[in-house]
Amino acid sequence: MMSRKTLDLWVGLFVVLGFGALVFLALKVGNFSGLGGNATYSIEAPFDNIGGLKVKAPVKSAGVLVGRVADIRFDEKSFRAMVRLDIDSRYEFPRDTIATILTSGLLGEQYVGLEPGADEAVFKNGDRVQITQSAVVLEKLIGQFLFNRAAEPSAEPQK
Amino acid sequence: MSGLANFLRRIGAMAVDGVWRLGFATRFLGLVLLYSGQSLRRLPLTIREIYFSGVLSLLIILVSGLFVGLVLGLQGYDILQRFGSSDALGTMVALSLLRELGPVVAALLFASRAGSAVTAEIGLMKTTEQLKAMDMMAVNPIARVVAPRFWGGVISMPLLAAMFSAMGIFGGWLIGVVFIGVDDGAFWSQMQAAVDVRYDVMNGVIKSFVFGVAVSLIAVFEGYDCTPTAEGVSRAITRTVVSSALAILALDFVLTSFMFRGQ
Repeated sequence: MMSRKTLDLWVGLFVVLGFGALVFLALKVGNFSGLGGNATYSIEAPFDNIGGLKVKAPVKSAGVLVGRVADIRFDEKSFRAMVRLDIDSRYEFPRDTIATILTSGLLGEQYVGLEPGADEAVFKNGDRVQITQSAVVLEKLIGQFLFNRAAEPSAEPQK
Repeated sequence: MSGLANFLRRIGAMAVDGVWRLGFATRFLGLVLLYSGQSLRRLPLTIREIYFSGVLSLLIILVSGLFVGLVLGLQGYDILQRFGSSDALGTMVALSLLRELGPVVAALLFASRAGSAVTAEIGLMKTTEQLKAMDMMAVNPIARVVAPRFWGGVISMPLLAAMFSAMGIFGGWLIGVVFIGVDDGAFWSQMQAAVDVRYDVMNGVIKSFVFGVAVSLIAVFEGYDCTPTAEGVSRAITRTVVSSALAILALDFVLTSFMFRGQ
Protein backbone atom coordinates (compact mmCIF):
# COMPACT_ATOMS: atom_id res chain seq x y z
CA MET A 1 0.00 0.00 0.00
CA MET A 2 1.19 3.42 -0.90
CA SER A 3 2.08 5.72 1.94
CA ARG A 4 -0.20 8.58 2.82
CA LYS A 5 2.32 11.26 1.79
CA THR A 6 2.91 9.93 -1.73
CA LEU A 7 -0.81 9.57 -2.23
CA ASP A 8 -1.45 13.15 -1.15
CA LEU A 9 1.33 14.31 -3.45
CA TRP A 10 -0.16 12.57 -6.48
CA VAL A 11 -3.65 13.85 -5.76
CA GLY A 12 -2.29 17.36 -5.24
CA LEU A 13 -0.49 17.16 -8.57
CA PHE A 14 -3.66 15.89 -10.24
CA VAL A 15 -5.80 18.71 -8.87
CA VAL A 16 -3.21 21.36 -9.80
CA LEU A 17 -2.96 19.92 -13.33
CA GLY A 18 -6.75 19.90 -13.64
CA PHE A 19 -7.12 23.50 -12.59
CA GLY A 20 -4.13 24.40 -14.76
CA ALA A 21 -5.99 22.93 -17.74
CA LEU A 22 -9.09 24.96 -16.83
CA VAL A 23 -7.06 28.17 -16.57
CA PHE A 24 -5.44 27.37 -19.94
CA LEU A 25 -8.88 26.89 -21.49
CA ALA A 26 -10.15 30.14 -19.98
CA LEU A 27 -7.16 32.35 -20.78
CA LYS A 28 -5.50 30.96 -23.87
CA VAL A 29 -8.38 29.25 -25.68
CA GLY A 30 -11.18 31.56 -24.66
CA ASN A 31 -10.47 35.25 -24.47
CA PHE A 32 -11.26 36.05 -20.87
CA SER A 33 -9.61 39.45 -20.97
CA GLY A 34 -11.62 40.36 -24.11
CA LEU A 35 -14.42 42.76 -23.33
CA GLY A 36 -15.81 40.83 -20.38
CA GLY A 37 -14.76 42.86 -17.39
CA ASN A 38 -14.35 46.33 -18.88
CA ALA A 39 -16.86 49.04 -18.10
CA THR A 40 -19.18 49.90 -20.97
CA TYR A 41 -21.74 52.56 -21.86
CA SER A 42 -24.69 51.85 -24.10
CA ILE A 43 -26.05 53.81 -27.02
CA GLU A 44 -29.11 53.10 -29.13
CA ALA A 45 -29.19 52.92 -32.90
CA PRO A 46 -32.42 52.71 -34.92
CA PHE A 47 -32.17 50.74 -38.17
CA ASP A 48 -34.69 50.26 -40.98
CA ASN A 49 -33.50 46.72 -41.49
CA ILE A 50 -30.95 44.81 -39.45
CA GLY A 51 -30.67 41.83 -41.81
CA GLY A 52 -29.14 38.94 -39.89
CA LEU A 53 -27.60 40.91 -37.02
CA LYS A 54 -27.58 38.98 -33.74
CA VAL A 55 -27.16 39.82 -30.07
CA LYS A 56 -23.47 39.66 -29.04
CA ALA A 57 -22.34 40.52 -32.57
CA PRO A 58 -19.21 42.70 -32.59
CA VAL A 59 -19.24 46.49 -32.89
CA LYS A 60 -16.19 47.66 -34.80
CA SER A 61 -14.70 50.99 -35.68
CA ALA A 62 -11.90 51.08 -38.24
CA GLY A 63 -11.94 47.28 -37.95
CA VAL A 64 -11.13 47.30 -34.22
CA LEU A 65 -13.51 45.66 -31.76
CA VAL A 66 -14.95 48.46 -29.60
CA GLY A 67 -18.12 46.87 -28.24
CA ARG A 68 -20.91 44.35 -28.65
CA VAL A 69 -24.58 44.34 -29.60
CA ALA A 70 -26.42 44.10 -26.27
CA ASP A 71 -30.05 43.95 -27.29
CA ILE A 72 -32.28 44.08 -30.37
CA ARG A 73 -35.95 44.97 -30.20
CA PHE A 74 -38.69 46.17 -32.49
CA ASP A 75 -39.98 49.68 -31.84
CA GLU A 76 -43.72 49.63 -32.57
CA LYS A 77 -43.99 53.43 -32.82
CA SER A 78 -41.44 54.03 -35.55
CA PHE A 79 -41.57 50.46 -36.94
CA ARG A 80 -37.80 50.27 -36.85
CA ALA A 81 -35.33 47.97 -35.15
CA MET A 82 -33.77 49.42 -32.00
CA VAL A 83 -30.27 48.04 -31.50
CA ARG A 84 -28.57 48.72 -28.18
CA LEU A 85 -24.78 48.79 -28.42
CA ASP A 86 -22.50 48.35 -25.41
CA ILE A 87 -19.37 50.37 -26.14
CA ASP A 88 -16.15 50.05 -24.17
CA SER A 89 -15.79 53.17 -21.99
CA ARG A 90 -12.21 53.61 -23.16
CA TYR A 91 -13.53 54.75 -26.53
CA GLU A 92 -15.50 57.93 -27.14
CA PHE A 93 -17.36 58.67 -30.35
CA PRO A 94 -18.59 62.04 -31.74
CA ARG A 95 -22.33 62.54 -31.73
CA ASP A 96 -22.59 62.53 -35.52
CA THR A 97 -21.07 59.04 -35.81
CA ILE A 98 -22.67 56.86 -38.50
CA ALA A 99 -23.66 53.30 -37.57
CA THR A 100 -23.73 50.81 -40.45
CA ILE A 101 -24.51 47.11 -40.56
CA LEU A 102 -21.75 45.34 -42.45
CA THR A 103 -20.83 41.77 -43.29
CA SER A 104 -17.39 40.34 -42.68
CA GLY A 105 -16.38 38.40 -45.77
CA LEU A 106 -18.79 37.01 -48.30
CA LEU A 107 -20.52 34.56 -45.97
CA GLY A 108 -19.33 35.94 -42.64
CA GLU A 109 -21.35 37.16 -39.71
CA GLN A 110 -22.84 40.64 -39.62
CA TYR A 111 -21.48 43.34 -37.37
CA VAL A 112 -22.07 47.01 -36.64
CA GLY A 113 -19.49 49.41 -38.01
CA LEU A 114 -19.10 52.88 -36.50
CA GLU A 115 -17.77 55.71 -38.65
CA PRO A 116 -16.85 58.67 -36.44
CA GLY A 117 -17.98 62.11 -37.52
CA ALA A 118 -16.48 65.50 -36.66
CA ASP A 119 -18.72 66.70 -33.82
CA GLU A 120 -17.06 68.04 -30.65
CA ALA A 121 -19.65 66.50 -28.32
CA VAL A 122 -19.36 62.75 -27.67
CA PHE A 123 -21.93 60.02 -26.98
CA LYS A 124 -23.01 59.49 -23.40
CA ASN A 125 -24.81 56.55 -21.84
CA GLY A 126 -28.32 56.21 -23.33
CA ASP A 127 -27.75 58.48 -26.33
CA ARG A 128 -29.19 57.69 -29.73
CA VAL A 129 -27.29 57.44 -33.00
CA GLN A 130 -28.80 59.89 -35.52
CA ILE A 131 -27.50 58.55 -38.82
CA THR A 132 -27.68 54.84 -39.56
CA GLN A 133 -27.39 52.69 -42.63
CA SER A 134 -29.31 49.42 -42.91
CA ALA A 135 -28.00 46.03 -43.81
CA VAL A 136 -27.75 45.26 -47.48
CA VAL A 137 -30.49 42.81 -48.37
CA LEU A 138 -29.45 40.81 -51.41
CA GLU A 139 -32.99 40.42 -52.79
CA LYS A 140 -33.58 44.18 -52.71
CA LEU A 141 -30.23 44.80 -54.37
CA ILE A 142 -31.06 42.42 -57.21
CA GLY A 143 -34.54 43.86 -57.49
CA GLN A 144 -33.16 47.39 -57.75
CA PHE A 145 -30.63 46.31 -60.35
CA LEU A 146 -33.31 44.67 -62.48
CA PHE A 147 -35.58 47.70 -62.09
CA ASN A 148 -32.82 50.04 -63.22
CA ARG A 149 -32.06 47.87 -66.22
CA ALA A 150 -35.74 47.85 -67.17
CA ALA A 151 -36.06 51.62 -66.74
CA GLU A 152 -33.43 52.40 -69.37
CA PRO A 153 -34.14 50.06 -72.26
CA SER A 154 -32.32 52.07 -74.94
CA ALA A 155 -29.08 52.42 -73.00
CA GLU A 156 -27.57 49.55 -74.92
CA PRO A 157 -27.72 49.68 -78.64
CA GLN A 158 -29.56 46.66 -80.04
CA LYS A 159 -27.64 44.31 -82.26
CA MET B 1 -51.94 -16.66 -27.80
CA SER B 2 -50.00 -17.69 -24.72
CA GLY B 3 -46.82 -16.80 -26.61
CA LEU B 4 -48.06 -13.25 -27.01
CA ALA B 5 -49.11 -13.10 -23.37
CA ASN B 6 -45.68 -14.32 -22.32
CA PHE B 7 -44.04 -11.73 -24.54
CA LEU B 8 -46.16 -8.95 -23.03
CA ARG B 9 -45.50 -10.29 -19.55
CA ARG B 10 -41.77 -10.13 -20.17
CA ILE B 11 -42.00 -6.52 -21.36
CA GLY B 12 -44.09 -5.68 -18.30
CA ALA B 13 -41.58 -7.30 -15.97
CA MET B 14 -38.73 -5.39 -17.64
CA ALA B 15 -40.61 -2.10 -17.30
CA VAL B 16 -41.45 -2.71 -13.64
CA ASP B 17 -37.88 -3.76 -12.93
CA GLY B 18 -36.51 -0.71 -14.71
CA VAL B 19 -38.72 1.73 -12.82
CA TRP B 20 -37.97 -0.05 -9.57
CA ARG B 21 -34.22 0.20 -10.14
CA LEU B 22 -34.49 3.87 -11.08
CA GLY B 23 -36.38 4.63 -7.89
CA PHE B 24 -33.96 2.57 -5.85
CA ALA B 25 -30.98 4.37 -7.41
CA THR B 26 -32.57 7.75 -6.59
CA ARG B 27 -33.11 6.72 -2.97
CA PHE B 28 -29.56 5.44 -2.94
CA LEU B 29 -28.31 8.84 -4.17
CA GLY B 30 -30.27 10.44 -1.32
CA LEU B 31 -28.60 8.10 1.17
CA VAL B 32 -25.14 8.79 -0.27
CA LEU B 33 -25.70 12.56 -0.03
CA LEU B 34 -27.08 12.15 3.50
CA TYR B 35 -23.96 10.35 4.71
CA SER B 36 -21.54 12.48 2.64
CA GLY B 37 -21.07 14.89 5.53
CA GLN B 38 -19.81 12.08 7.71
CA SER B 39 -17.41 10.77 5.10
CA LEU B 40 -16.15 14.15 3.89
CA ARG B 41 -15.13 14.92 7.45
CA ARG B 42 -12.66 12.06 7.02
CA LEU B 43 -11.09 13.61 3.93
CA PRO B 44 -8.23 11.09 3.47
CA LEU B 45 -10.83 8.49 2.43
CA THR B 46 -12.01 10.69 -0.44
CA ILE B 47 -8.46 11.71 -1.38
CA ARG B 48 -7.57 8.04 -1.68
CA GLU B 49 -10.48 7.55 -4.08
CA ILE B 50 -9.50 10.60 -6.12
CA TYR B 51 -6.13 8.90 -6.50
CA PHE B 52 -7.65 5.64 -7.69
CA SER B 53 -10.25 7.04 -10.06
CA GLY B 54 -8.61 10.34 -11.04
CA VAL B 55 -4.83 10.05 -10.97
CA LEU B 56 -4.76 6.52 -12.37
CA SER B 57 -7.08 7.56 -15.25
CA LEU B 58 -4.73 10.40 -16.11
CA LEU B 59 -2.62 8.52 -18.63
CA ILE B 60 -5.48 7.14 -20.71
CA ILE B 61 -7.24 10.54 -20.66
CA LEU B 62 -4.16 12.48 -21.76
CA VAL B 63 -3.17 10.01 -24.48
CA SER B 64 -6.73 9.76 -25.86
CA GLY B 65 -7.10 13.54 -25.73
CA LEU B 66 -3.91 13.96 -27.72
CA PHE B 67 -5.00 11.48 -30.38
CA VAL B 68 -8.51 12.92 -30.66
CA GLY B 69 -6.91 16.35 -31.13
CA LEU B 70 -4.52 15.02 -33.78
CA VAL B 71 -7.40 13.45 -35.72
CA LEU B 72 -9.49 16.61 -35.40
CA GLY B 73 -6.55 18.60 -36.74
CA LEU B 74 -6.16 16.36 -39.79
CA GLN B 75 -9.86 16.00 -40.60
CA GLY B 76 -10.65 19.63 -39.81
CA TYR B 77 -7.87 20.87 -42.06
CA ASP B 78 -8.97 18.53 -44.86
CA ILE B 79 -12.53 19.89 -44.75
CA LEU B 80 -11.75 23.56 -44.06
CA GLN B 81 -9.13 23.95 -46.78
CA ARG B 82 -11.81 23.07 -49.37
CA PHE B 83 -13.56 26.28 -48.39
CA GLY B 84 -10.31 28.18 -48.20
CA SER B 85 -10.74 28.80 -44.50
CA SER B 86 -8.04 26.65 -42.95
CA ASP B 87 -7.32 29.53 -40.55
CA ALA B 88 -10.52 28.55 -38.75
CA LEU B 89 -8.93 25.24 -37.76
CA GLY B 90 -8.28 26.44 -34.21
CA THR B 91 -11.90 27.50 -33.80
CA MET B 92 -13.19 24.16 -35.03
CA VAL B 93 -10.87 22.08 -32.86
CA ALA B 94 -11.47 24.16 -29.73
CA LEU B 95 -15.25 24.40 -30.02
CA SER B 96 -15.80 20.72 -30.82
CA LEU B 97 -13.55 19.69 -27.92
CA LEU B 98 -14.88 22.15 -25.35
CA ARG B 99 -18.55 21.65 -26.12
CA GLU B 100 -18.87 17.97 -26.94
CA LEU B 101 -15.86 15.73 -27.34
CA GLY B 102 -14.02 16.73 -24.18
CA PRO B 103 -16.80 16.07 -21.67
CA VAL B 104 -18.34 13.11 -23.52
CA VAL B 105 -15.26 11.11 -24.50
CA ALA B 106 -13.57 11.78 -21.16
CA ALA B 107 -16.72 10.57 -19.37
CA LEU B 108 -16.93 7.42 -21.53
CA LEU B 109 -13.27 6.62 -20.80
CA PHE B 110 -13.77 7.43 -17.14
CA ALA B 111 -16.77 5.08 -16.94
CA SER B 112 -14.84 2.18 -18.42
CA ARG B 113 -11.59 2.88 -16.60
CA ALA B 114 -12.70 4.02 -13.13
CA GLY B 115 -16.43 3.27 -12.94
CA SER B 116 -15.98 -0.42 -13.66
CA ALA B 117 -13.19 -0.64 -11.06
CA VAL B 118 -15.42 0.95 -8.42
CA THR B 119 -18.27 -1.46 -9.22
CA ALA B 120 -15.92 -4.44 -9.05
CA GLU B 121 -14.49 -3.30 -5.73
CA ILE B 122 -17.84 -2.68 -4.03
CA GLY B 123 -19.37 -5.80 -5.60
CA LEU B 124 -16.53 -7.96 -4.33
CA MET B 125 -16.82 -6.38 -0.87
CA LYS B 126 -20.49 -7.30 -0.89
CA THR B 127 -19.81 -10.85 -2.15
CA THR B 128 -17.21 -11.50 0.55
CA GLU B 129 -19.62 -10.00 3.10
CA GLN B 130 -17.28 -7.20 4.11
CA LEU B 131 -20.14 -4.70 3.90
CA LYS B 132 -22.23 -6.80 6.30
CA ALA B 133 -19.25 -7.11 8.64
CA MET B 134 -18.90 -3.32 8.68
CA ASP B 135 -22.58 -3.00 9.50
CA MET B 136 -22.10 -5.44 12.38
CA MET B 137 -19.27 -3.27 13.72
CA ALA B 138 -21.59 -0.25 13.60
CA VAL B 139 -19.62 1.24 10.70
CA ASN B 140 -21.98 2.58 8.09
CA PRO B 141 -20.84 1.04 4.77
CA ILE B 142 -22.41 3.86 2.77
CA ALA B 143 -20.47 6.50 4.67
CA ARG B 144 -17.27 4.45 4.81
CA VAL B 145 -17.18 2.79 1.36
CA VAL B 146 -19.75 4.26 -1.02
CA ALA B 147 -19.73 8.03 -0.40
CA PRO B 148 -15.92 8.51 -0.75
CA ARG B 149 -15.95 6.64 -4.08
CA PHE B 150 -18.90 8.71 -5.27
CA TRP B 151 -17.24 12.02 -4.39
CA GLY B 152 -13.89 10.87 -5.72
CA GLY B 153 -15.52 10.37 -9.11
CA VAL B 154 -17.53 13.60 -9.01
CA ILE B 155 -14.43 15.66 -8.21
CA SER B 156 -12.16 13.90 -10.71
CA MET B 157 -14.47 14.06 -13.71
CA PRO B 158 -14.47 17.83 -14.52
CA LEU B 159 -10.71 18.00 -14.00
CA LEU B 160 -10.13 15.04 -16.32
CA ALA B 161 -12.44 16.54 -18.97
CA ALA B 162 -10.59 19.87 -18.79
CA MET B 163 -7.26 18.08 -19.22
CA PHE B 164 -8.69 16.08 -22.13
CA SER B 165 -9.80 19.28 -23.90
CA ALA B 166 -6.50 21.06 -23.24
CA MET B 167 -4.55 18.07 -24.52
CA GLY B 168 -6.80 17.80 -27.58
CA ILE B 169 -6.30 21.47 -28.45
CA PHE B 170 -2.56 20.91 -28.11
CA GLY B 171 -2.88 17.94 -30.50
CA GLY B 172 -4.83 20.03 -33.00
CA TRP B 173 -2.20 22.75 -32.76
CA LEU B 174 0.56 20.18 -33.29
CA ILE B 175 -0.99 18.88 -36.52
CA GLY B 176 -2.31 22.20 -37.81
CA VAL B 177 0.52 24.58 -37.00
CA VAL B 178 3.63 22.43 -36.63
CA PHE B 179 3.07 19.76 -39.31
CA ILE B 180 0.73 21.34 -41.86
CA GLY B 181 1.75 24.94 -41.43
CA VAL B 182 -1.44 26.86 -40.61
CA ASP B 183 -0.47 30.30 -39.37
CA ASP B 184 0.17 30.21 -35.63
CA GLY B 185 -1.31 33.65 -34.95
CA ALA B 186 -4.45 32.98 -36.97
CA PHE B 187 -4.92 29.62 -35.23
CA TRP B 188 -4.99 31.16 -31.74
CA SER B 189 -6.62 34.51 -32.54
CA GLN B 190 -9.53 32.96 -34.46
CA MET B 191 -9.96 30.49 -31.60
CA GLN B 192 -9.96 33.24 -29.00
CA ALA B 193 -12.42 35.33 -31.00
CA ALA B 194 -14.86 32.43 -31.27
CA VAL B 195 -14.62 30.79 -27.84
CA ASP B 196 -16.65 32.48 -25.14
CA VAL B 197 -15.55 31.60 -21.62
CA ARG B 198 -19.01 31.61 -20.11
CA TYR B 199 -20.85 30.10 -23.05
CA ASP B 200 -18.41 27.41 -24.17
CA VAL B 201 -15.93 26.68 -21.37
CA MET B 202 -18.40 26.93 -18.48
CA ASN B 203 -21.06 24.84 -20.22
CA GLY B 204 -18.44 22.17 -20.90
CA VAL B 205 -17.49 22.12 -17.23
CA ILE B 206 -21.15 21.87 -16.20
CA LYS B 207 -21.61 18.99 -18.63
CA SER B 208 -18.63 17.07 -17.29
CA PHE B 209 -19.83 17.65 -13.71
CA VAL B 210 -23.25 16.19 -14.57
CA PHE B 211 -21.59 13.21 -16.29
CA GLY B 212 -19.37 12.75 -13.22
CA VAL B 213 -22.42 12.53 -10.95
CA ALA B 214 -24.19 10.12 -13.33
CA VAL B 215 -21.22 7.79 -13.86
CA SER B 216 -20.23 7.72 -10.19
CA LEU B 217 -23.79 7.07 -9.07
CA ILE B 218 -24.24 4.23 -11.59
CA ALA B 219 -20.89 2.71 -10.60
CA VAL B 220 -21.48 2.70 -6.83
CA PHE B 221 -25.12 1.70 -7.20
CA GLU B 222 -24.43 -1.27 -9.48
CA GLY B 223 -21.70 -2.44 -7.12
CA TYR B 224 -23.87 -2.08 -4.03
CA ASP B 225 -26.88 -3.68 -5.71
CA CYS B 226 -25.12 -6.62 -7.41
CA THR B 227 -26.03 -10.26 -6.86
CA PRO B 228 -23.36 -11.47 -4.43
CA THR B 229 -21.86 -14.13 -6.66
CA ALA B 230 -18.92 -14.16 -9.05
CA GLU B 231 -21.33 -14.06 -11.98
CA GLY B 232 -23.36 -11.28 -10.37
CA VAL B 233 -20.28 -9.07 -9.95
CA SER B 234 -19.24 -9.56 -13.56
CA ARG B 235 -22.74 -8.75 -14.74
CA ALA B 236 -22.81 -5.63 -12.54
CA ILE B 237 -19.55 -4.41 -14.12
CA THR B 238 -20.97 -4.91 -17.62
CA ARG B 239 -24.12 -3.03 -16.62
CA THR B 240 -22.06 -0.16 -15.21
CA VAL B 241 -20.22 0.38 -18.49
CA VAL B 242 -23.31 -0.04 -20.68
CA SER B 243 -25.70 2.10 -18.66
CA SER B 244 -23.02 4.75 -18.03
CA ALA B 245 -22.42 5.07 -21.76
CA LEU B 246 -26.14 5.32 -22.50
CA ALA B 247 -26.69 7.79 -19.66
CA ILE B 248 -23.78 9.98 -20.82
CA LEU B 249 -25.00 10.13 -24.41
CA ALA B 250 -28.64 10.73 -23.48
CA LEU B 251 -27.75 13.40 -20.90
CA ASP B 252 -25.43 15.00 -23.44
CA PHE B 253 -28.27 15.39 -25.90
CA VAL B 254 -30.55 16.89 -23.26
CA LEU B 255 -27.88 19.29 -21.95
CA THR B 256 -26.83 20.35 -25.45
CA SER B 257 -30.41 21.12 -26.41
CA PHE B 258 -30.69 23.35 -23.36
CA MET B 259 -27.27 25.00 -23.61
CA PHE B 260 -26.51 25.49 -27.31
CA ARG B 261 -29.56 26.64 -29.18
CA GLY B 262 -27.71 29.05 -31.41
CA GLN B 263 -29.60 31.99 -29.85
